[in-house]
Amino acid sequence: MSREKSFHLLRTTVALVIAMLAAFAVIFMVSDTPIESIRLFILGPFSKPRYIGNIINTAIPLIFSGLSMAVVFQASQFNMGAEGIFYFSGAVISLIAIWVPLPVGVHQVVIILAAAVIGALIMLIPGYLKAKYGASELVTSLMMNSILLGLGSYLMTRVLQDPMASNGSYPYLDTAKIPVIIPAFKVHYGLFIALLCVAAVYVFLYKTKWGYEIRMVGINAKFAAYSGINIVKTIIIAHLVSGAIAGIGGSVESIAMHTRFEWNGLPGYGFTGALIAMLANNNPVSVIYAALFVAYLSTGADIVARLSDVPAEMSTILQSLIILLIASERFLHSFKQRWMERGIAK
Amino acid sequence: MEYLLRMENVSKIYGNGIVANKDVSFSLKEGEIHALVGENGAGKTTLMKILFGMEKPSSGKLYLRDKELDINSSNDAIKHGIGMVHQHFMLLDSFTVAQNITLGIEPANHHFVDENAAVAFTEQLSTQYNFAVDPRAVTGTLPVGIKQKIEILKALARGAKILILDEPTAVLTPQETEQLFEELVKLKKQGYTIVFISHKIKEIKAISDRVTIMRAGCSEGVFNTSEISEQEISNKIVGWKIDTSIHKKEHAFGEARISVTDLSYYGGEKVPILQDINFQVKSGMIMGIAGVQGNGQVELAEILTKSRRVESGSVEINQADIQSMTIKEMREKGFGYIPEDRQRQGVALTAAVNENLISNKYDTEEFCNKGILKKKKISEYARQMIAEYSVKCSGENGRIDGLSGGNMQKVVVARECMEETKVLIAEQPTRGVDIGAAHIIHQNIVKLRDNGCAVLLFSADMAELIKLSDVLAVMYEGRFVAYYENLSDITEEELGLYMLGIKKQDESQIRRMRYE
Repeated sequence: MSREKSFHLLRTTVALVIAMLAAFAVIFMVSDTPIESIRLFILGPFSKPRYIGNIINTAIPLIFSGLSMAVVFQASQFNMGAEGIFYFSGAVISLIAIWVPLPVGVHQVVIILAAAVIGALIMLIPGYLKAKYGASELVTSLMMNSILLGLGSYLMTRVLQDPMASNGSYPYLDTAKIPVIIPAFKVHYGLFIALLCVAAVYVFLYKTKWGYEIRMVGINAKFAAYSGINIVKTIIIAHLVSGAIAGIGGSVESIAMHTRFEWNGLPGYGFTGALIAMLANNNPVSVIYAALFVAYLSTGADIVARLSDVPAEMSTILQSLIILLIASERFLHSFKQRWMERGIAK
Repeated sequence: MEYLLRMENVSKIYGNGIVANKDVSFSLKEGEIHALVGENGAGKTTLMKILFGMEKPSSGKLYLRDKELDINSSNDAIKHGIGMVHQHFMLLDSFTVAQNITLGIEPANHHFVDENAAVAFTEQLSTQYNFAVDPRAVTGTLPVGIKQKIEILKALARGAKILILDEPTAVLTPQETEQLFEELVKLKKQGYTIVFISHKIKEIKAISDRVTIMRAGCSEGVFNTSEISEQEISNKIVGWKIDTSIHKKEHAFGEARISVTDLSYYGGEKVPILQDINFQVKSGMIMGIAGVQGNGQVELAEILTKSRRVESGSVEINQADIQSMTIKEMREKGFGYIPEDRQRQGVALTAAVNENLISNKYDTEEFCNKGILKKKKISEYARQMIAEYSVKCSGENGRIDGLSGGNMQKVVVARECMEETKVLIAEQPTRGVDIGAAHIIHQNIVKLRDNGCAVLLFSADMAELIKLSDVLAVMYEGRFVAYYENLSDITEEELGLYMLGIKKQDESQIRRMRYE
C-alpha cells in the first residue's frame, strides 16, 4: 500500500477516534452513569446476536446510499438526490408490493428493477439540467427531495393509506417480502443484493470505459472534454447509475425491513450516504466498511438511549463531527508531511 | 562578513514524496545579481520559496548577515527585506496599479483607504526606481512587461533589499527583456541584491555576477559568471553533454490539413480579438506562430480546438468544417492537441499515468472491448510509451501528480503524437520543461511532421519556433503582421519588432499564407 493510501486510512481512523472521544465527553456531561453508558455504547452492539444483526441490517441501506453517492461524487457531482429517491421509490414500489400478485422471487425482482428504473429516471432530471444547462445539481437535487416527499405523501394519503392502520399503507403481499437469512441474527437477504451492487459498481467504475469517463470527468472535466469524452453524456450516465442504486436501496429497505409503507418523512439514508462515501473516499469496496462502522455507531447509540439516560441523537453529533474532520483537507497535514519524508528517507 | 545571506544544507521533501531540494547550500553577496539556473524541476523555485517563507524546509539553516533566521511565512521574509516576484504574477486584475502595490499596506485615513495617498506613494516609488507605471491604470488591461514592473515595485514598496525574480523573462519579448535588464542593473547599483532564476543561459551570461547551478534538487556549485562558458553551464545543468540539434527531412508539403478562412472573433468584446485570419497548414509542414502573450494566439488555439465558437469565417481540419464535428469526431480523424496549460487541461492530476495516456483512445478496439477496458493492453502500451519517451515515474499505475513538469509533459506529448495523428496543434509544448525533455518533445513533433502531419506550433520561445518551424507567422493584436516562408535569415530582434507591433509586413506578403 502506498504511503498516500495508508495516510488516508490513518487520517480516517484518527478522525473516528477523535469523534468517539468527543462522544464520550458528551456522555460524561449528560449521563449520571457515564462509565456504564460508554460501556453500553462501545460493547452493547456486540452483546447479542440480534444486535449484531441489527448492525448489518442498518448497514445495508447505507451501503446502497453510500454507493449511490460515491458514483456521483466520482464524477465530481454533488448530488444529494439519493435521499428523496430512497423515500419515493419505496412509496412507488409499494403499489407493486401491495396490489400486483406475482410469484415469490419474480415479485422481488420486479420490485427491485422497477425501483432502479424510478431512481434512474428521477436522477435524470438534475443530471440533465446540470449537464445541459449547468444548473447546480446540489440545489436541484435538494429541491427535488422536497418535491418527491410531497409526491410520496400524496400517493400515501390518496392511494396507499390503509384506513385500518394508524399510520401506514396496506400491508405488503407475503410474496414481495425479502426474507431473513439466519433467524437468530435477523439479517435479511438484502445483504447479498447490496454486496452484488458493490461488486457491480466496482467493475463499472474501474473496469469499463463508462467508469473511466466518469472518473476522468470527475478529476478534470476540462481534460476530459478536450480528450474527446462527451461530458454531457458522462454526467448523465453517472446520475442514472447513482439513481438506480438509490432506487434499489429504497425498495430493498422497504420490502425487507417493513411489512407496509410507513415512512412519514425523508428517512435520512441519502445524507448519511454522503458521509459514507466520504469516509470511503468514494471507493465502492470501502463503502462496505464505512457503512458497517456508521451502523455500529447508530446501533450503539440506540442501545444507550434505550438502556440509559443518553439520547440517541448523540450518534448524529458523532456523524457530524466525523464529516467535519474528514472533510478538512488540512487535518493532520503536517503529520502527513513528516510521514512522507520518512518514507523518502528510507 | 562576506555573505549577506546563506542557506546551508537545505532539503525539502514535498507531501507527495518528491524530493525538491537535497542538501543545497546557497549564498548571496550584497549588491550582486546572482543567477540560479537549472532545468525545470531542478528545485530552483522550491529553494527560493523556502527563502521567501512559502515552503518550510525539511532540514537546513538560513543565515542573514551571519545571524540565524527563522522564516515561517512570507511576512517574515518581507520583514527581513526579502521580496519575490513569482513566475505567475500575484496581482488582482480588477485593481488599479496603486491598489495592487499598496495591497495590505494601504495608507489609511480614519480607517478608510486613502486612494490619493496610495497613488502618490506609487508615483513616488516609480520615479525613485525609474519604473514608468500609471498608478491609476487597471492592472488587467496592462501588458505583461508592465505587470512585471508592478510586481517588482510591490516588493520594493515592502522594503525588499533582496529581490528574487522567478523566470522573469519567460513572458517577455527580447526588447522587454533588455529593458528589464537595464532596470535590474540600476537596482544593483543602488545596492539591491537580486536573485535571477532562469534556464536561459544567454541571459545569465548577460546579466549575472555569479551563478549557482542546480540539477535534480542538488547544487552543482557556484561560479563567477565571467569564468564559466555557456557550454560548461549547459553541461552542468543537464549533467551530461547533450546534442539538441534537430534534423528535419527535406520534402514538399502535401495538401492543406488546417484551413482557416476569414476568421474573426470578438468573444463578447467590442474590439476584435482576432481579425481576418487566413492561413493553411499543409501536410508535412510545421507552421510556427509567434507573438507576445495576449495577442490572440490563445483564442485562435481555443477556436481550433473547439473550446471557443467560430463566430465568423470557417475553420476546416482535414477538409471538414470543425463546427459540424464533435471533439471526438475530430480526434477520430487524427487530431492531436498539446494544450498550453498542462495541469488544468493536459492531464487528470490524481489519475494514474496509464489512465492519462489513453484518454484520447480508451474506447478504440485496441484498448476496449464492448465497454470493458483491456487492462493488459493498456499497461503494455503505457510501459512502451514510458520507455519510448523516457518518462521518469514509479510505474504506469502511479499517479501522474508525482511526476515533474517535464515528465508530465512527456506523457501529454506521448498521448497526442500518435502514428495516426494527421493534425497537431501544439501550444507552448516545452514551457517549463527541462532541456532533455524538450529535446525529446521536439524530436517527436518533427517525426510527426516528417511523416506528413500538419503541425501548428504556438510558442513564446523564439529559439524553439525558429528551430522547428518550416514557415512562421507573427501575431499582433489579433492579426498576422508578418509571415516568413524562409526562416534562414530571421533574427530574434526582427521578430521582436513585429511582435511589438512596431513593424508590419505589407498585405501581399501576409496574403501568401492563404496559398491562393
